[in-house]
Amino acid sequence: MSTATALPPPSTLVGRKLPRWTPAALVAGALAIAGVLAVLGPADSIEGFVLWTGSLFLIGQTVASFAVEGGRHARDRLVTSLIYTSFVITVIPLVSVLILTIKNGMARFDSSFFSSSLRNIAATNAGGGAYHALVGTIEQVLIATAFAVPVGIFVAIYLVEFGTGGFARTVSTFVDVMTGLPSIVAGLFILSFWILALGQGYSGFAGALALAILMLPIVVRSTEEMLRLVPDALREASYALGVPRWKTIVRIVIPTALPGIVTGVMLGVARVAGETAPVLLVTFGTNSINTDPFSGPQSSLPLFVYQQAGLPNQVAIDRAWTGALTLILFVMLLNLAARLVTYFWRARMGR
Amino acid sequence: MAKRIEIESLSCFYGNFKAVEDVTLSVEPKSVTAFIGPSGCGKSTVLRALNRMHEVTPGAHVTGRVLLDQDDIYGPGVDPVQVRRTIGMVFQRPNPFPTMSVLDNVVAGLRLNGMKTKSTLAEEAERALRGAGLWDEVKDRLHRPGAGLSGGQQQRVCIARAIAVQPQVLLMDEPCSALDPISTLAIEDLIAQLRDQYTIVIVTHNMQQASRVSERTGFFNISGVGQPGKLIEMDSTHKIFSNPTEKRTEDYVTGRFG
Ligand SMILES: Nc1ncnc2c1ncn2[C@@H]1O[C@H](COP(=O)(O)OP(=O)(O)OP(=O)(O)O)[C@@H](O)[C@H]1O
Ligand SMILES: [Mg+2]
Repeated sequence: MSTATALPPPSTLVGRKLPRWTPAALVAGALAIAGVLAVLGPADSIEGFVLWTGSLFLIGQTVASFAVEGGRHARDRLVTSLIYTSFVITVIPLVSVLILTIKNGMARFDSSFFSSSLRNIAATNAGGGAYHALVGTIEQVLIATAFAVPVGIFVAIYLVEFGTGGFARTVSTFVDVMTGLPSIVAGLFILSFWILALGQGYSGFAGALALAILMLPIVVRSTEEMLRLVPDALREASYALGVPRWKTIVRIVIPTALPGIVTGVMLGVARVAGETAPVLLVTFGTNSINTDPFSGPQSSLPLFVYQQAGLPNQVAIDRAWTGALTLILFVMLLNLAARLVTYFWRARMGR
Repeated sequence: MAKRIEIESLSCFYGNFKAVEDVTLSVEPKSVTAFIGPSGCGKSTVLRALNRMHEVTPGAHVTGRVLLDQDDIYGPGVDPVQVRRTIGMVFQRPNPFPTMSVLDNVVAGLRLNGMKTKSTLAEEAERALRGAGLWDEVKDRLHRPGAGLSGGQQQRVCIARAIAVQPQVLLMDEPCSALDPISTLAIEDLIAQLRDQYTIVIVTHNMQQASRVSERTGFFNISGVGQPGKLIEMDSTHKIFSNPTEKRTEDYVTGRFG
């Protein structure tokens, strides 16, 4: 055959490589050894089996790669495998929570769940729904957003565009402190300030105030980060056209950072939509429908889940699961809506 | 409409650091003036001081006077925004607004300064794009994102954006340094056309470019690290490149240093 002589001389740039089938073979080998160990005893459980297989594969791959390809490739393969492993480990809880919630939540995912409240439904009764809680969550989260988002965005604009010196540093420190504020403390603050000191009654609005306190630092921090990412060259380009500073911020800086700002706001919404403790303290909770957030006790989805899950009856626990599923869907729908709004808004601006 | 600029003993500072010391020169109307000099000698700083862009940097300030015809742009009560409407600027790196289409980029200055009528904006955009020699290249994609053009086209969009607001002076800070020879030539041609209407000041590291496009050239130099930059010599471009008065200028333009 003439192909042997026609081959170019081996390049010094091409190193020795493990054959393509090596990882597959190593997985097979690791599985086989772990299987033997399972029979013999040490790997005699699903977790043990997976752990043994994974470790054996990692060791085998690193050793083989080190022997054939050298140290750099061995480290590359090891770290790549570790990153994939971390990814899987991270996704497992997320996916299993979703699957579990969907599986258990489907039992009561029916129209009466979304059209009736728990009024006159005893713990042992089947039926009933979370309409009152859903209304409460929607109103409280929207009111909290209406407070926290404008204030948060203005604070972020101040910090990025105007803030220099002591006052800005103080504001920034306070935002940091607020980020670490336990949610129960926000609830206690509203309880002592709004309800006890000012003598206002329990209401959804009081809950919204507590949620706004929790949401504010998240909105400030994420917006601040996004505004800082906008290159100064764009601000200067705008100034050079004789555009005043406020207009540059409103028409150039914020639109450029908008998708990131929306993401930050949605993170804030997701965070507070699931808060139970502050809502428990200041909305009091009720089993009846109360569409007026400004007077009288109101329920909310986390509260509903918390109360139903604590009851020793399957019908109540089923309701709790469906409540949890509804909460997840609510946050996802809000997220989707926000993305669509940004998308169309940008499309309109871009024309 | 083109205006004359007189710089009188201008010094520029970044905080306590004096970047440029005691520059005095004049820029003739309806002509092209080039600033040349080694890196770090303060050409950009002086240029940015001419439309009060210098002070946008935190801590930056100037002393001295910059007269636009008779008016000191650093005089008391002068609005920097008004100054920048009169004196436009093109930057070293193309910086189109990423959220806007080509068309919106070009009319950004007009629109943000209050012009609303769609048809007028479209006319102004066409005029500016023709002025920037870009109309034929982009007329079919006016509504596509401005950031999707090539670097040279983006830079010409930025020039169109600057001339769309009809300034009286145009400052250009190394407008071709990121561009290929063909785009560079296109922009030089453009400068040659614009000189009939505008007063143009251009910073460049490219001596051929300075000698091709400018009537007058100022040479800046710096005596050492941490020292302020100074204007060494300012004269007609022909004189600077053939028979400069100062030895340092001659060394620089002929490529002999130290
Ligand atoms: N934002 C800034 N803050 C502090 N110092 C600065 C800043 N910008 C420039 N300087 C300093 O001012 C001096 C002049 O800088 P300038 O950018 O004007 O130089 P230049 O002549 O334009 O150089 P180049 O040809 O490399 O663009 C330099 O010493 C530089 O380090
Ligand atoms: Mg420069």
